[in-house]
Amino acid sequence: MIAVLLFLVPLISGILLFATKNAQQAKMLALLAAIATLVVSLLGLTALKQPAYLEFDVAWLTGINSRFHLKLDGIGQLVCLLTAISFPLIILSAWNNEYSKPNNFFGLLLLSQAGLMGVFLSVDLLLFYFFWELALIPVYFLCSGWGGEKRIAVTFKFFIYTFVGSLIMLVGIIALYFQCNETFDLKIILSQKIDPQVQNWLFWFFFVAFAIKMPVWPFHTWQPDTYEQSPTPVTMVLSGIMVKMGLFAVIRWVAPVFSSAFYQWGDTISLLCIVGMLYASVVAIKQDDLKRLIAYSSIAHIGLMCLALFASNKSGMQGAVLQMFVHGINIIGLWIVANTIEQNYGTRKISELGGLAQQAPTLTIMLVIIALANIALPLTNAFVGEFMMFNGMLSSKITRYNELDTVLAGLCIILAAVYTLNMIKQVFYGAVKREAVGNNAFTMPVKLALTVIIVLILVMGVYPKPFLDLTNEAVDAVLNRMITVK
Amino acid sequence: MNAIIFSAIFGVVMMFSGVFFSSKQLIRNLAIGLMAALLVLNAAELQGYGLFDINLNNMLHFTSFGLVFNCIAFAATFIYLLLSARDIEQVGVNLAEYFALIFFILCGVGIATSFNSLLMLFLAIEIISIPLYILTGSDKRNLKSNEASLKYFLMGAFSTGIMLMGIALIYGATGTFSLDAIATATKGFETLLTGGLLLLLIAMSFKVSAAPFHFWTPDVYDGAPTVFTSFMATIVKAAIFAAFIKLFEKAYLPSVASWKAALTFIIVATLFIGNITAVFQQSVKRMLAYSSIAQAGFMLFALFGYSDFGKEGILLYAAAYSAATIGIFAILLKMSDYTFDGYNGLAKREPVLAFVNTIFLLSLAGIPLTAGFFAKYYMLVAAVKSGASLWLVIFAVLCAAVSVYYYFRVIQAMYFKTATTEDVTTAPVTINFKVILIVLAAIIVLLGLFPHWLFTKVYF
Repeated sequence: MIAVLLFLVPLISGILLFATKNAQQAKMLALLAAIATLVVSLLGLTALKQPAYLEFDVAWLTGINSRFHLKLDGIGQLVCLLTAISFPLIILSAWNNEYSKPNNFFGLLLLSQAGLMGVFLSVDLLLFYFFWELALIPVYFLCSGWGGEKRIAVTFKFFIYTFVGSLIMLVGIIALYFQCNETFDLKIILSQKIDPQVQNWLFWFFFVAFAIKMPVWPFHTWQPDTYEQSPTPVTMVLSGIMVKMGLFAVIRWVAPVFSSAFYQWGDTISLLCIVGMLYASVVAIKQDDLKRLIAYSSIAHIGLMCLALFASNKSGMQGAVLQMFVHGINIIGLWIVANTIEQNYGTRKISELGGLAQQAPTLTIMLVIIALANIALPLTNAFVGEFMMFNGMLSSKITRYNELDTVLAGLCIILAAVYTLNMIKQVFYGAVKREAVGNNAFTMPVKLALTVIIVLILVMGVYPKPFLDLTNEAVDAVLNRMITVK
Repeated sequence: MNAIIFSAIFGVVMMFSGVFFSSKQLIRNLAIGLMAALLVLNAAELQGYGLFDINLNNMLHFTSFGLVFNCIAFAATFIYLLLSARDIEQVGVNLAEYFALIFFILCGVGIATSFNSLLMLFLAIEIISIPLYILTGSDKRNLKSNEASLKYFLMGAFSTGIMLMGIALIYGATGTFSLDAIATATKGFETLLTGGLLLLLIAMSFKVSAAPFHFWTPDVYDGAPTVFTSFMATIVKAAIFAAFIKLFEKAYLPSVASWKAALTFIIVATLFIGNITAVFQQSVKRMLAYSSIAQAGFMLFALFGYSDFGKEGILLYAAAYSAATIGIFAILLKMSDYTFDGYNGLAKREPVLAFVNTIFLLSLAGIPLTAGFFAKYYMLVAAVKSGASLWLVIFAVLCAAVSVYYYFRVIQAMYFKTATTEDVTTAPVTINFKVILIVLAAIIVLLGLFPHWLFTKVYF
């Protein structure tokens, strides 16, 4: 029941939203639906945590053995929670923005949430693919319809990029289907032995799709442009949740199913991740546009998570999973601040801003906290995850390059501090370069959203245990499965 | 049998209706009514109520697959008439004759899905082709239409010649026209048989506009009156595919392994030429012509894997492709400007049309939740199942990715661009027209969720 509600609530309310008449009504309904989803998700993690509620399984395509099978379990719990928490925050932060046709805007936003939930819930491979593509369609229309100047070309590039990845995965799915006695069920797939030789090439069909989504270097070229051109709430969906689809899919589908290939290609992918992290960090230092800076910093963070996953041990994987959640929350906070600055001062060029601390002290404090979380200072939520990831990398038994990997990844953390602190210095301190224009966009809903984020940052930084417990078993299961195959 | 006999009778009825009725509306409604009757009669035969029991000496063989296919073709024609009958009126003065020709083509479709003898195949192809030559040239005062018609006729006659030659060689090798006998024939005259089959393959490829025999398609589709292009590119093409797949299942069966190389070449060339050329088109109508070539490339996979799976796939593909293309053409007919720019700002002017058009285009591109996705999926699975190289499948999906480019250009124009000039207009559309389009879109989405509904009848 819970599983299907998580998907149905945003879907139905998203469709209903298209019929609403005025902006206020649309926003209210969207917020209510998002909060309802959050409540359902919290119930699923606490009061109603029983297998019967968390699973939904009906026949779908009888001819080809595919079932409509949703299940809230393992790592899915954490990313579903992330999705459920993020959307109220995103809608709050967009509360005072003016959009043409707000009903369509919020409707599509909720439809994308439904797609994302589907991806995180489905345990049938074909169904997973279905949602994987469907999550993209509303986002395509959102970016092209409400984005910046170059939105059409940029969004199109993004769409084609990810679509090519998905289609390659589709070929992989068909190949896997025949390797596993014509089934799509995750459980049955896991019970099959797939020839390591086959795994070695089949692995890439899936990984390329996921790598494009994350994105891992060299598949990242769609990302900065798309983040820059999309309307900010959509950028939040993209960077906060959608990129986690890739990481999530690696843990749920690639690691357990292609275990031997996972070990085999670990070093290759680690190399890609490290190159991408260094590249993105260096490029981030040179950025003058707030949005692009955050976009590149996101590439570096995702690269780190992917790297930690391929360390294939408990600490690394747990850390990466926790960090998926944390990064989602933090980056939404960063986007909210960037959006507020842009609306208040009419620019998001770092060189044109300065001395905001005198003009907007509250905003400054909030940004500094979120920015410090972004560079993983102790007592913030990101510290726990990053510490575990580095611990995992250093103690990884499957690679001979632990030290090298760790040192290079550590270098990126230092670079992250360079560009983040530099940004804070230029934007918030020094001489006042620009006066606020128009209305103050730092309104109650935005403050509320930022407060929630900051509370999460501090609470998770001090007491991350409940979140770690949530995925503990699932990570163990994945790792056990990988070890037995080895 | 119902379908063949009644479509011929209805064709004759329509022909004379022009003499007895002068009201265009009456003729139009008569055609739509008869079409519905034909659909019902064919469905009745599927349920076991065949009205005729004639000894055909096994020249025709009615299978549930063929009858389901007829149902799809007739239902598509029915929707096509509902949407575009008014536009048929605009083409010329001989309204009744156009409808009559459409019914005659459907008679050919009925034979093409049930033939069991090469002679019947020839007859089916000719019954389909000759009315098409006329329909292509029906816009008599338009030079382009005349040119297209002549081109189509000359090329068509040529390919018919090749087909006859092939049939003759096969007859020479096996001494029979019957598919069953050819399938089990001893390979006494290997060269003759192979030569015959090769000629037959070429002729059929020509008819389904597979590369490298596709050169007539863009010109003919572009030159023909748009309303008939829609019919030609969907129902007719799908029907010839049904014949093609039956041919492959029987006549090519003994030597199927050796034909796979040739088929692979045809598939790759068709997908490549269709998709790449479509990218460069400026006119949506011409783009659709190339897209129909590209889609044919996917349908050819059904021949590659001629299993039950492939047959299910071709049914689904025929339904998905026909429904979407008919819808797109129906909307195209309302546009004053056939270029991509003509679609600019359609979402503002006609939100319903833009919305359903988006669903049709997404279906052609093969996005999940539309019938087009499962159609492509079944084709690819059928190919892999019958041992196609994974490279071929990858090539096909990459071509599908290319197709997204030109289909999405229309979506971009409709939603994200604004009309620059005042003279870009859309003809007024009725509520009924919109309702039918919405129903069509709903069918596509339903088939995108539950594709197997279409096949349930095949096995009973």
